[in-house]
Amino acid sequence: MIARAPFLRVAVPLAVGVGVLIAWEGLVRFYQVPAFLLPAPTAIWQAFAANADNLMVSLWVTLKVTLAAFALAVVGGVGLAVLFSQNRLIEMALFPYAVVLQVTPVVAIAPLILIWVGLDHAERALLILAWIVAFFPMLSNTTLGLRSADHNLRDLYKLYGASRWQTLTELQLPSALPYILAGMKISGGLALIGAVVAEFVAGSGTSTGLAWRIIESANRLQIAKMFAALFLLSGLGIAIFFALTLLEHLTLRHWHESAVKREN
Amino acid sequence: MPPLLTPAPSLLTLARVGKTYDDGTPALAGIDAEIARGSFVSLVGPSGCGKSTLLRIAAGLTRASEGEVRWQDGARPANLGFVFQDATLMPWARVFDNVWLPLKLQGIARKTAGPRIMAALSLVGLAERADAFPRELSGGMRMRVSIARALVTDPPILLMDEPFAALDEFTREKLDDDLLTLWRDQGLTILFVTHSVYESVYLSQRVLVMGTRPGRIVEEIVIDAGYPRTAFRESPSFHAACRAVSSALRKGVPA
Repeated sequence: MIARAPFLRVAVPLAVGVGVLIAWEGLVRFYQVPAFLLPAPTAIWQAFAANADNLMVSLWVTLKVTLAAFALAVVGGVGLAVLFSQNRLIEMALFPYAVVLQVTPVVAIAPLILIWVGLDHAERALLILAWIVAFFPMLSNTTLGLRSADHNLRDLYKLYGASRWQTLTELQLPSALPYILAGMKISGGLALIGAVVAEFVAGSGTSTGLAWRIIESANRLQIAKMFAALFLLSGLGIAIFFALTLLEHLTLRHWHESAVKREN
Repeated sequence: MPPLLTPAPSLLTLARVGKTYDDGTPALAGIDAEIARGSFVSLVGPSGCGKSTLLRIAAGLTRASEGEVRWQDGARPANLGFVFQDATLMPWARVFDNVWLPLKLQGIARKTAGPRIMAALSLVGLAERADAFPRELSGGMRMRVSIARALVTDPPILLMDEPFAALDEFTREKLDDDLLTLWRDQGLTILFVTHSVYESVYLSQRVLVMGTRPGRIVEEIVIDAGYPRTAFRESPSFHAACRAVSSALRKGVPA
């Protein structure tokens, strides 16, 4: 009952957030915590206001890398999974290498990628690294989804003489859609993580994303500005998650078990 | 002088059909059966007797290891109807689009197919739910959509694999009656797999009783009651026929 009331679902977590901010402000003031350890929320807000231009430019840079890497991961992951579903031999040949790409820590590959693309093109390295992180969930989820089409429906398609293309587009891809959307939710978050990690490792000087603002603020002990950048990153992650959840809901609401409301 | 009653030409002939699975298990052996055009034939047998496998062989979904599947017109008709135990609808597609599927796969546009789709839905009494999604329907209604989808191609034969087994008793009886009405009105040919003795006797003109290890036809029982059979269901001859099928079933299972 309580979990269904839309107002409470927003209001309760919001109240918790506001409560924490007030307690934080109060405790910092009361104990006079030094600003280079833990700035008060009001100080963070002031730091944000003072550096808004600079921070919003950085947000835009990180957003661009994240979205581009995410889009490439979706296209590449779904595309390769479709290729795998059409040809077992290609799957056997390539899937292990996709796993290798996945299990190798991205931090370890970063310097190499940076050298390959050239230090002048750090943003390309960021894109590649974020893509590597975001790619695998799309590939594995779509592969699983394409295989999960109902067996009787497959027989039915066979019975009515469906072509491979028809079976793929009319049966396998719609069956895989819930898996693809679940993969996108994971992948969207990972693209952001990948973009930030890549910037930490690769972004020496030429890069201007939020991750670099965090490193820069830390070096200058501008902890309030660092928190402001951190909040922007969280906000970005939350926005991506909600956008993808909304997409999932709109796509599946009529038919998939996960999205249909039940009366109890 | 020609005989007065020539037997109806056999639409589908199974001749010495056998199936051995890849691991060497014999599933079916020496199956002979003839399905006459316009007839209603049931295959009844215990689980594991291979009745569904036999139906799949007839549909061309499984290859027989031995014997022959012969169709009257030579090749297997591309538009035969198949109804699974589950309704097997695409959950993402509306009822209308689910029924469109066989025609769509033949390259018939949605608009062109429209009247045929609505006609098939009217036959099963669901024309008004054309825009519903499968999960908005009850189990019985979903099965009706499945039957409409099988009928939309105007199939020469309807192969039904325990279609009503998952439904409750009441819904099942209703669908049995509606299926008989469709069969008579549309002049369908139906091969119906079931594990229910009563259902097979109530529905069909001939009951092919199957036994296990390996799957084979142990007896063919002719039910010569006329249709509709609502009164027949209460009659002593119905129970006699059920007993005959049951005892044939017992014979078919090695102790």
